Amino acid sequence: MSALLAARNVTKTYGGVVANRNVSLSVPRGAIVGLIGPNGSGKTTLFSCVAGSHPIDSGSIVFDGAEISRKRPAEVARLGLLRTFQRTRVYGRMSCMQNMVVSAPRARETLRAMFSRSSLESSGRAEELLEFVGLHGKRFLRAGELSFGQQKLLELAMALMNEPKLLLLDEPTAGINPTLINGLVDRLRRANRELGVTLLVIEHNMRVITALAGYVYCLAHGELLAEGPPVALQHDPRVLDAYLGTH
Amino acid sequence: MDNLRILIQAPVLNLQLIVDGVLVGSVFALAAFGMALVWGVTNIINVAQGELVMLGGYVAIYTAAAGVHPLFALPLAFAALYLLGWLLYRLVVFRVVGRDLFISVLATFGLSILLQQLANQFFGADIRTARPELGTLFLAGGRVSVPEIKLIALAAALVLGAALTAFLKVSRLGQAIRASAQNPRAARVLGIDTDHVYAATFALNAAICGATGALVAMTWVIHPYLGLPFTVRSFMIVVVAGLGNVLGIPIVAAGLGTVEQYAGFVLGAEFQTGILFSLLVAILVARNQLLRRQRRHLE
Amino acid sequence: MTSGVARRGAELGVLALGVAAPWLAPAWVTQLAFLWLMVLFALTWDVVGGQMGYNSFGNVLFFGLGAYATSLLQRGSHLGYYASLFLGMGLSAVIAVAAAALLGPLILDMRGHYFAIATLGLGVAAAELFAAWEWVGGGSGILPALPPGTVPERNRFFYYVLFGLALATFLTLRWAYRTRFGLVINAIRDDEAKAEAMGLHTTRYKVAAWMLSALFLGLAGGPVAGLAGFVDPRDLAFAGSTFGVWMVLMAILGGKGTLWGPVVGAVIFHAVQEAFWTFLLGWQRVALGALIVAIVVFFPEGIMGWLRARNPGWFGEVVEEPRRGGAQP
Repeated sequence: MSALLAARNVTKTYGGVVANRNVSLSVPRGAIVGLIGPNGSGKTTLFSCVAGSHPIDSGSIVFDGAEISRKRPAEVARLGLLRTFQRTRVYGRMSCMQNMVVSAPRARETLRAMFSRSSLESSGRAEELLEFVGLHGKRFLRAGELSFGQQKLLELAMALMNEPKLLLLDEPTAGINPTLINGLVDRLRRANRELGVTLLVIEHNMRVITALAGYVYCLAHGELLAEGPPVALQHDPRVLDAYLGTH
Repeated sequence: MDNLRILIQAPVLNLQLIVDGVLVGSVFALAAFGMALVWGVTNIINVAQGELVMLGGYVAIYTAAAGVHPLFALPLAFAALYLLGWLLYRLVVFRVVGRDLFISVLATFGLSILLQQLANQFFGADIRTARPELGTLFLAGGRVSVPEIKLIALAAALVLGAALTAFLKVSRLGQAIRASAQNPRAARVLGIDTDHVYAATFALNAAICGATGALVAMTWVIHPYLGLPFTVRSFMIVVVAGLGNVLGIPIVAAGLGTVEQYAGFVLGAEFQTGILFSLLVAILVARNQLLRRQRRHLE
Repeated sequence: MTSGVARRGAELGVLALGVAAPWLAPAWVTQLAFLWLMVLFALTWDVVGGQMGYNSFGNVLFFGLGAYATSLLQRGSHLGYYASLFLGMGLSAVIAVAAAALLGPLILDMRGHYFAIATLGLGVAAAELFAAWEWVGGGSGILPALPPGTVPERNRFFYYVLFGLALATFLTLRWAYRTRFGLVINAIRDDEAKAEAMGLHTTRYKVAAWMLSALFLGLAGGPVAGLAGFVDPRDLAFAGSTFGVWMVLMAILGGKGTLWGPVVGAVIFHAVQEAFWTFLLGWQRVALGALIVAIVVFFPEGIMGWLRARNPGWFGEVVEEPRRGGAQP
């Protein structure tokens, strides 16, 4: 059973600072894998490298059988690998519905497809997904006017709209009202189970990671510190040490 | 392409073109310096840069016509344009600082049109000059001619450039300017009045342009429409040298001046402006392609 | 009265006025013809500028190419006037669109102010290179062929051509904005990196948008040359400091990123400009420069933006009412 995503010895330097050093991880198809580590340990950098925003200095990143480390973000996305951002990114001046419709999957953009009235075909699915994340009532609001947490949900819905094979989630519960986190975790599990989306999740909330992920990687100072099932890492002294008891 | 053949057959002509290029480049470098200053500190690309140079030129022309010794034209233009720059900042520019860069480009573009048309109204569209009657030096066995006034202009540009660099390093205002450029918020926290700094920077830039204009009036010609090519030259020099690379400016400027001389010689003077602007586009495209290759400027 | 009915009424009213104008105000036919040109300028600028966020100062390039192409073809052709004009405009369209297709991938790859300045450079470079090129008449330009008939008949002819082009532009854009194209270019404007991260073929759409602009700008070049009676590289064809800047201003004044904004902006701007020319002769350009600064500094959202802030419902937008309780995500 090959992994959907396999990063091998990924190293990324930013002008003297080694953000990622020889990081290797693999995400099996259909799984939910966690990525934890204190701030500055290189988690978001790794995401950016995987997604194609930053070229890596050395190593390889194989997605669904293809080497993607030299591909641009748009190409990687079209192969089925999407990511969400820590500081949410949505199309601020468009309505939620428009954000959704424009995120519909379109592998080939022919001239006719570019000028088609797409809103009719995909609006049904858009509404379903907005309902799924609990934003159906706000679907005609401008995305820029949503709260931070609501934008996070919209970003998730947009990603699901695009029918990815693998979704990199950067801190999906940060900024969400604590009483609603359980609901979000539940939705992520459902997206994984029902929609078949493999997830790689950066999280600071250990409770969420334990509930979500089957396997967890821990980064510290740009290197892979430990890996294993979440319960094992929770008690790993190295991991606790890295967090300096803040969790 | 006959001119090209001439260049190959008479190599000393190349020397002439290079010398001319460096001389005219020194003037471009000053204007570029000012543009880099404003851009680096206030994050505004001053599209009216050339018009400020043009106005400085007119100050020199009128002072020369009034019988003032040309030596005084520089400081007079410097001071006059400092005041104008301050005025422009207080009336218009301060409202676009910190906004969308496109708004500042458009606003200063509007200013450039306004200044250009005002100059046209008040001074007329004729070409004017304030070139003093000085001699010509002959180098390389008499085959390369260098008008003395252009050497003086080169010297003046170097002196002014050095003085400005020293001013920015040593004086309190200069340090305040540099601090605001690096981190405006920190500067404010430390008690620096960034608004005052921005005004001073813009005014200083205008003054630099004024001095440049005086040099242009003395070595070349002045007319109301020379603004935009000057702005474009300043911008190109700053972009190629890299914002923040002060030493690179005179070198790139000399290079640009030389390229212009060659273009004018080989293709004809009427093509010079066209080549200049095409070069602008080519440089921007090349720069962008280079960055793409390095994938450096992705968010 | 719903906003939909009001809008329909306004559209039909404008259409009727447009058709009848040469008979209602025969002394103003030339000015009105230029009004429709301004509408076309503002609309074509807005596709790339307001809707897509790429503020171009060089769209006048396509207009100028069109003006020269049509005029040159007409001069060299043995066909009758109207046939050669038709053919010439066809050639203009092809050349303008091809220019956009070739330059687009390189120029539209730049962002923000670099794009703006690069396009400025394109426009001026074209003006200066054409001014130096003897074959197209150098600095003096060329004289285009003129249609048969009296001067009023000619002006009326060009009026209807430009009115038709402006109308075609408006209808085409209105259709295009309702397709996927409209959504994607707005997404590019709002967050291009996000659009790329979502797999959108951003380059394809950007170039398509510019080609769409170029099409109508190129078509308009020939008729304007005929109306003006001359093709001059700096003052007509590639008039960067006038047409090139006005395109931007009109869209901003009316409200960029909307369909009617550029139209409203063009009408107001043109009216003000004509007023300046009539009453401030000698100082009209100075006044225009001051107006540009005023618009940019004080009114960047434009008229439509101002209206939108006060009456979002008119624009189909929903504004949230404050919630009374319950947890919010």
